[in-house]
Amino acid sequence: MTTLSNLTHLDWLESEAIHILREVAGQCSNPVLLFSGGKDSLCLLRLAEKAFRPGRFPFPLLHIDTGHNYDEVIQFRDLRAKELNERLIVRSVEDSMKRGTVVLKTPDEPRNKHQSVTLLEAIAEFEFDCCIGGARRDEEKARAKERIMSFRDEFGQWDPKNQRPELWNLYNAKVHKGENIRAFPISNWTEMDVWQYIEREKLGLPSIYFAHKRPIVRRGGAIVPITPLTPKKDHEVVEEIMVRYRTVGDITCTAPVESIADSVEKIIIETASTTITERGATRLDDQTSDASMEQRKKEGYF
Amino acid sequence: MSQENIQDSLLRFMTCGSVDDGKSTLIGRLLFDTKTILTDTLTQIEKTSKKRGMTAVDLSLITDGLQAEREQGITIDVAYRYFSTGSRKYIIADAPGHEQYTRNMVTAASTAHLAIILIDARKGVLTQTRRHSFLAKLVGIPHIVVAINKMDLIDYDESKYKAICESYKAFAKEIKLSENRTIEFVPMSALNGDMIVDRGESMNWYQGPTLLDILEKTTADYAGKDKNFRFPVQFVCRPHASDDHDLHDFRGFMGRVESGSISVGEEITVLPSQYKSKVKSIQLGDTQLQKAISEQSVTILLEDEIDISRGDMIIKSNDAKEPTKNINAMVCWLSETPMASSRTYLIRHTSRESKAKFDKIDFKVNIETLLHESISNLNMNDIAQVTFKLAQPIMADSYQNNRSTGAFIIIDESTYHTVGAGMIA
Repeated sequence: MTTLSNLTHLDWLESEAIHILREVAGQCSNPVLLFSGGKDSLCLLRLAEKAFRPGRFPFPLLHIDTGHNYDEVIQFRDLRAKELNERLIVRSVEDSMKRGTVVLKTPDEPRNKHQSVTLLEAIAEFEFDCCIGGARRDEEKARAKERIMSFRDEFGQWDPKNQRPELWNLYNAKVHKGENIRAFPISNWTEMDVWQYIEREKLGLPSIYFAHKRPIVRRGGAIVPITPLTPKKDHEVVEEIMVRYRTVGDITCTAPVESIADSVEKIIIETASTTITERGATRLDDQTSDASMEQRKKEGYF
Repeated sequence: MSQENIQDSLLRFMTCGSVDDGKSTLIGRLLFDTKTILTDTLTQIEKTSKKRGMTAVDLSLITDGLQAEREQGITIDVAYRYFSTGSRKYIIADAPGHEQYTRNMVTAASTAHLAIILIDARKGVLTQTRRHSFLAKLVGIPHIVVAINKMDLIDYDESKYKAICESYKAFAKEIKLSENRTIEFVPMSALNGDMIVDRGESMNWYQGPTLLDILEKTTADYAGKDKNFRFPVQFVCRPHASDDHDLHDFRGFMGRVESGSISVGEEITVLPSQYKSKVKSIQLGDTQLQKAISEQSVTILLEDEIDISRGDMIIKSNDAKEPTKNINAMVCWLSETPMASSRTYLIRHTSRESKAKFDKIDFKVNIETLLHESISNLNMNDIAQVTFKLAQPIMADSYQNNRSTGAFIIIDESTYHTVGAGMIA
C-alpha cells in the first residue's frame, strides 16, 4: 500500500483531468475521445485509464486522418489502441474529398483546416454529443479563453460570445440533438506539464518526437522536412540535420525543430530553456494571420 | 510527509481591475519577469507595439484578446494564463473589467485562492475597489492582495501609499473583509517592474515582500475548507462483461474527494439512501492507496454490495447529515435573459441534478452601495439571496464551510445554458 508522499502539481492536474473525464462519462450519452497518436492525446489515454479502469473506456477513440501523417505516428496510434483493447474509429479527409465535401484549392495544400469538415461528418454519422480533445489553453490566445466544456452549435461553430459560464468544478455538458460539447481535460496543462507527465508515467511516444536525422531545407526562417508531400524547391539546398517534432500533425504544415534531445529527460531540459512557443516553432499555418486559430475554431476546428 | 491538500504545488489567483488600472500590464509583467514570454511572442508584441505607434514594447499586449474583441474594443471573457517558478505552478484567471463584470468576476473567483485587487495610486479606493472586494468576499477567496499600482506616477510617494492603505483598511473593516481572510498591501509600478518580481530601485522605503514573494508563500486553500469527508459519486465502474472473471463482482465508486479525507477501513454512509458500509480499498489507477485526501480523484470499493449511483454522496458514518429539499442561497444571475419566477430550472450540485423552483427572493445586494434592496426578478449580474424548492434532495453544506458542496449552478431547462450560480447560506 502506498502512503501519501509529496503530491505535486502533476497530481493536481491529473486529478482535475480525471474528474473532467468522469463528468463527460456521467453527463453525455455518446462521447468520443479524439486520438491522433500525438503526445497530448497519449496523455489523455493514460488519464482515461486512470479514470475508468478496470472498466472499458465509456467512449470509443476517433482519429480524423488527414492522409498527411507520418507512418510511424499512424502505426503508433494503431498499436496503442490495440494495447488498450479499445475501439478506434478512423475517418479520413480523403474520403470527404471523394464525397466532395472537402474541396482543395491546390492538391498539396495543408489539410489541417479541412479536418473540421470530416470531424463534423463523423459527429453526424455516429451522433456523438461530446468530443474529448487534448487542446491546452497555453497553446494559443484563442484557446486561452476556451472553456473546459466548450459549446458548439449545429454547425460545429465556436462562438466566443455564446459560451456557458464555467464556475467551480461544476460543468454543464447538456446539449440538444445536433449540438455538441468539446471537452478539454488538459486545458490547464502547459507543454512542460505534458512532458513532465510523460516522463512520470513513462508513456511511449512515436519516434519522431525524439531527435533523429532528417533531410530538410530552411525556408523563411522555418525548417521544412523534405518528404514526397513537401519536395524541395529548385534553388533550395537540402541539409541533413538532427531534429525532433514538438507537435505532430499534417506533414505539409508541421515543422520540426533542431534538437539533439533523444530522451524525454533531455526534451524536458530543452523545453525549460526554449525561447520559442510550441506553435511558433512548429505550425506553419498559424502564422498566416494573427487570428488564424480563432478563425478555424469558429469553423468547427478543434 | 502528509499533506492535507494537494494544491500546495499550485496556486490559482485572479486579477481585479480595469485596463486603466494597469491590469494587463501587471499580468504581462508577471509573465515577462518570470521568463514565461518566449521570443516569438515578444517579437509579435514588438511588431504590434510599433504598428500602434508606441516607442517601447507594450507588455499589456501579451494579454491582448481575440480578434472579435479587438474589433469591438471590449473584452468578452475570462482568459486563463500560466506560469511557473521553481517552487510552484500558477494559474491566473484574467477577468475583463468592462461589461458583464460581475458575471466574469464571479466565474474567475470561483476557482481562485487569491485575488489581486488593483488600485491606481493616483485615484485611491474607488467604488470599483469596493465592488471587487465585496465579490471576493462573497465568493470566499481567502487571500487578498491590494496592489497599489502606478506608484511611478505619484513619484513613489510613501505617505500617499500609506494613506491609501489606511483608507482601504477602514473600508475592509466596514464590510468585515478580514474575517477568515488575509489582506496584504504592496506598492508597485507594473510599467517599470517595481515590486512585482524584482524590487527595483525606486521604493527602498518599502521593506515588505514583492508581489511574487506574497504569491510564493500563500497557502493554496479555500475559505472554510471543510475537514468533513465529502465524496460525490461521479461514475460507477461495473466491468461485469469483462473477460476477466475476477472482475465480475467489481463495483468501483469513482469521484473526487471534495473535502476531508478517507482511509481504508473507515465506516461510511451513502446519501440520500443512508446505507452504511466500510471502505475496502481505495485505488488511483494501478495504485492502492491507504488514504485519499481532498482534491484527489480516486475509486472507492466498499465491503458490502450496496446500490450506489451517480449523484449519491459518500460521507463518514460519524458525521450525521440530512439531505434537504429547501435551500437558501446567494445567487449571481449570469444570463442576459432575466430569471422567470414562474419557471422551473435545473440545478447542478456536485454530481447531482434536480429540478428547482424559486420560492422567494429575500433581497438583492446593490454592489455599488452594498445595501440591500427588494426586487421581484433577477437580471444579469444581479446578486440576490433566494430561497429554492427542489424536486430531489441534495446533500448541501453551507458555502462558508465548504466551497464544493456549498455551490451549485442553475441551468435553463429549455436552452440548457448556465444561467446562474448559487452559494448556499
